[in-house]
Amino acid sequence: MTTTHCPYCALQCAMHLEPGADGRLAARPAPFPTNRGGLCRKGWTSADLLTAPDRLTTPLLRADRSAPLAPTDWDTALDHVAGRLAALRAEHGPDSVAVFGGGGLTNEKSYQLGKFARVALRTAQIDYNGRFCMSSAAAAGNRAFGLDRGLPFPLTDVAGAATVLLAGANPAETMPPLMGHLSAPRLVVVDPRRSATAAYALANGGLHLAPRPGTDTALALGLLHAARAQGLCDDAYIAERTTGFAAAWPGAAAWWPEQAEHTTGVPAALIREAARALADPGGAYILTGRGTEQHAKGTDTVSAWINLALALGLPGRRGSGYGCLTGQGNGQGGREHGQKADQLPGYRRIDDPAARAHVAGVWGVDPDDLPGPGRSAYELLDALGAPGGPRALLLFGSNPVVSAPDTGRVADRLAALDLLVVADFVPSETARRADVVLPVTQWAEEDGTMTGIEGRVLRRRAAAPPPPGVRTDLEVLHGLAVRLGQPADRFSADPGAVLAELGAASAGGPADYSGVTPERLDSGEELYWPAPAGGAPTPRLFLDAFAHPDGRARFAPVAHRPPAETTDPAYPLIATTGRIMGHYQSGAQTRRIGELAAAEPAAHVEVHPDTAARNGLGDGDWALVESRRGTTRARVRHRADARLDTVFLPFHYAGDQAANNLTNPALDPVSRMPEFKVSAVRLRPDRPQGGTA
Amino acid sequence: MNPSARHVVVIGNGMTGSRLADEVARRDPGGERVRLTVIGDENGPAYNRVLLPGVLAGIYTPEDIRLPFPDGPAVTLRTGTAATALDTARRRVTLDDGTALDYDECVLATGARAAFPPVDGVAAADGTPEPGVTALRDLADCRRVMALARPGAPVVVLGGGVLGLEAARALTARGVRVSLVESSPWIMRRQIDRPAADILADRYTALGVAVHSWRVASRWISGTGLELDDGRVLAGDALVVTAGVRGATDLARAAGLPVEHGVLVDDTLTTGDPRVHAIGDCAQHRGGGAGLVQPGWEQAAVLAGLLTGTAPEARYTGARPVTRLKAEGIDLTSLGDTEADDTAETVTIADPYGGRYAKLSVRDGRVAGAVLLGFPESASTIAQLYDGGDPVPADRLALLLGRAAPGAHTPDTGGDPVVCRCNAVPRSAIEAAWLDGARTRVDVAAATRATTGCGGCVRDVDTLLTGWSGTTPAPVG
Repeated sequence: MTTTHCPYCALQCAMHLEPGADGRLAARPAPFPTNRGGLCRKGWTSADLLTAPDRLTTPLLRADRSAPLAPTDWDTALDHVAGRLAALRAEHGPDSVAVFGGGGLTNEKSYQLGKFARVALRTAQIDYNGRFCMSSAAAAGNRAFGLDRGLPFPLTDVAGAATVLLAGANPAETMPPLMGHLSAPRLVVVDPRRSATAAYALANGGLHLAPRPGTDTALALGLLHAARAQGLCDDAYIAERTTGFAAAWPGAAAWWPEQAEHTTGVPAALIREAARALADPGGAYILTGRGTEQHAKGTDTVSAWINLALALGLPGRRGSGYGCLTGQGNGQGGREHGQKADQLPGYRRIDDPAARAHVAGVWGVDPDDLPGPGRSAYELLDALGAPGGPRALLLFGSNPVVSAPDTGRVADRLAALDLLVVADFVPSETARRADVVLPVTQWAEEDGTMTGIEGRVLRRRAAAPPPPGVRTDLEVLHGLAVRLGQPADRFSADPGAVLAELGAASAGGPADYSGVTPERLDSGEELYWPAPAGGAPTPRLFLDAFAHPDGRARFAPVAHRPPAETTDPAYPLIATTGRIMGHYQSGAQTRRIGELAAAEPAAHVEVHPDTAARNGLGDGDWALVESRRGTTRARVRHRADARLDTVFLPFHYAGDQAANNLTNPALDPVSRMPEFKVSAVRLRPDRPQGGTA
Repeated sequence: MNPSARHVVVIGNGMTGSRLADEVARRDPGGERVRLTVIGDENGPAYNRVLLPGVLAGIYTPEDIRLPFPDGPAVTLRTGTAATALDTARRRVTLDDGTALDYDECVLATGARAAFPPVDGVAAADGTPEPGVTALRDLADCRRVMALARPGAPVVVLGGGVLGLEAARALTARGVRVSLVESSPWIMRRQIDRPAADILADRYTALGVAVHSWRVASRWISGTGLELDDGRVLAGDALVVTAGVRGATDLARAAGLPVEHGVLVDDTLTTGDPRVHAIGDCAQHRGGGAGLVQPGWEQAAVLAGLLTGTAPEARYTGARPVTRLKAEGIDLTSLGDTEADDTAETVTIADPYGGRYAKLSVRDGRVAGAVLLGFPESASTIAQLYDGGDPVPADRLALLLGRAAPGAHTPDTGGDPVVCRCNAVPRSAIEAAWLDGARTRVDVAAATRATTGCGGCVRDVDTLLTGWSGTTPAPVG
């Protein structure tokens, strides 16, 4: 039996893997603080993916774009990739080669990918799909606290609070075992939908605030206004532990509860009640999720939530706080070690000379040879094959033709590349478009570390050998680096060695992993970062001081602004997207698991029955959802509790059922987060082709 | 900042003028297109007039109601300065400090002034209020009321519209004994129908406010109170006059611009002179909207798009105003045509005992008008439907009650309900596990996965086991 953690979300539920009656590995829950012995359907069925019928076990290569992908051997594939990369670099310079990573990759892979890009390829063009996840919360967290760790406290702390506000998070659907921590507090759920979490809150004496999509900033400002107007702010805390309240307040002064009601549709009385609940002396947490973050103003919206938390005196105190619920399995660690365009390991900034000198020293290169900041994820994808843009892309742990906004545009850009290389373990929609596909290991076949939702570093353990012909991502990077002329020992394929090097590179940085060792992890030590060598780990940040030089948290003056696209007579409805219980992210994994695929085999669109009827649609009908960017096919699912002006689509499906065919690539000016959550759309029936009317 | 940017002079630093500055700065943060000068006759920063009753109630300090004002290089704010003349031919605004400003475009955002009714003893011939009398239009008024309205003292509020009712509620919060006089047959005559007003008046009476509707004031006797037309005298240390406003149009009138109740503007918010615009309470647009803040702010956004050239197509075509009473403990919303004729279908719920009233009129499937007293959830939903001109759901009653009709999506399980949603475990699977010997929740979880997700079904599983076993469930650690 092997004990490891689930391959999917950031809750990183612990699980035992052992062979079942049929000899195949099966998963069952293991006790651990985050999952408390629980597991959702995805976790229970996760081992099925190890034996997916279309598992990739041999490299694939196509002679040219018109030829099919054909099996080849590793040396041929890697020689081909290295040769093409070298030629492109020689002809067009190092930035002609780009790298795209993922928030599901282990810390070791994330680190190595960033190093590979900067050292072996010398390209500035690296970013990752986490840009589509936590970037708004990360930017706002850094702005307010001087440091971004999703939850700056152990998850178990939340259970003791009187109130927990969840803004744009639906854990009852997306992280079910997390709900075990929320049974005692009164829940205030902010979500345009009557989500499973909202329904749970209402059934248990909590509140559901249902703002019109794209108006969360106004709601958060309205809550701050209501808190102040009811005398609930912690003036002593504001004076002693923060700066900037006086400059931030006028932004909220313009949002008295009735004005916030007018814009958001949330009753003023509910706004006042929610503010009172958050000021409960029993403590409160404000937690944000993608629903409030994935907007072209996501950073400001999260800042507005943090402003509220600061005004109430919540952060940096035991029993209360602000946190972001990280989504992807290693969404936390993945954003700390150099996959991000502007970042070096240890959550260091790539434009900081001291950081460059330190990391270059660990890597044994000249700091001046390290590239500077590159394009953010969508901008990177958007520049592929364009004049001045990258001509080759190496892609690890991501499926952007399903998960990026405006998928039609992304597919066009990928097609314009000279070379697309995808490392994956199944033929994802993106892998099928590649020139070279490299088959790699998956979670139960590899060792490494992940950093979960609480900033705690966890051990991922191999439970089974990979199928013959499959290599680890670290082995792939090693093979390519050597072929690109790097010394053989510079890119180790051993996860333990990479972790040690990561520790050295992160030492002294904000996310210091230098004290993280396999031995300490195996002993069960709770290693929350920063975990410096020779020092104690940090379960709770900010108790004494925030991470800005003056030790204070900063209010951010923010204003509400409308979504990038508003409804009009041609596109009168708002589409918003999200996740459902049975699937994970782009669905490349979960759509291959029989039980999950059978339960939710096709895309659906949640529509109020009246709205459906007005568009000629009944429950179960196939609908076409159209935006200015594209069309999605989905089956209508009546929801009598839905807003009349809003439809919801899960984004786990591909091709003509991809919700991201609709979404708007308008970007947040700070975090470069796309506007996934608000698109203007219209609905119409999808008539069967060739039938008679 | 661009030295050759066009110069826009905004006269008025109230809610609309400061908002315009904010909207312009948002569209042109570096001042590349527009250089802005805002003239405000009050000293101090712009503030939120709508919240003055809250200052009165002690909810806000004057500092709390400051409005955001842009801090850009291209915005100049001159407070404590009034414009005295507008010369449209020379494109020049003269100020009371003797200086003048030349403009490329001028925006009148001069707002409105309180109107004092022609009641003996209320105001002198020149419009100056007599001792003990004050409006509630600006911070200075607010300070006057606070000085006069000591806890326990009697105060009369003259005018039972929105501001009068908000002021009355705020004064009761200060411990003031309030009488409210309204000359119309019922309070909030312009916004709500009579049955709603009767229930609202009862709510106010319960709060200790003496409501006198359809009573005309005949005389203010300083030191005594307000004498009504029926001879009664309502005791009052102060008289707070909330009997309407008049657009501040003197400057425009003197400049020869067309003025009726307000300065006439078209859909580009342009007055009779193509380089002079007017927004907010001083403007009169065919679509109405003066007197409420939302239309003024919408006008500011439209004009900012036009002045900066960032939205040359922007037009203001009228307001769909929603009136929201801000009075602690009372939720009242009114919108549209609240006394719609029989071309509309109307649903009405009157609950005098509970102090609630709801009326929704629907015409052509859209909200024609509504009055909602004590229905906060449906009020916000209906206001959004009205604002967007969106179709009304078929179940009108459910809409009013703020409750979705039954029939929400539940997967068809063929009579076998799902007990554990997270793991899609139907009751039959749990029963099968029990038949195979699972007697505890842990046994059931191991056999079926039920209870291992969010944990929300723990009680249901326990109940099933209890029922089948005829005992209480075995404790689990």
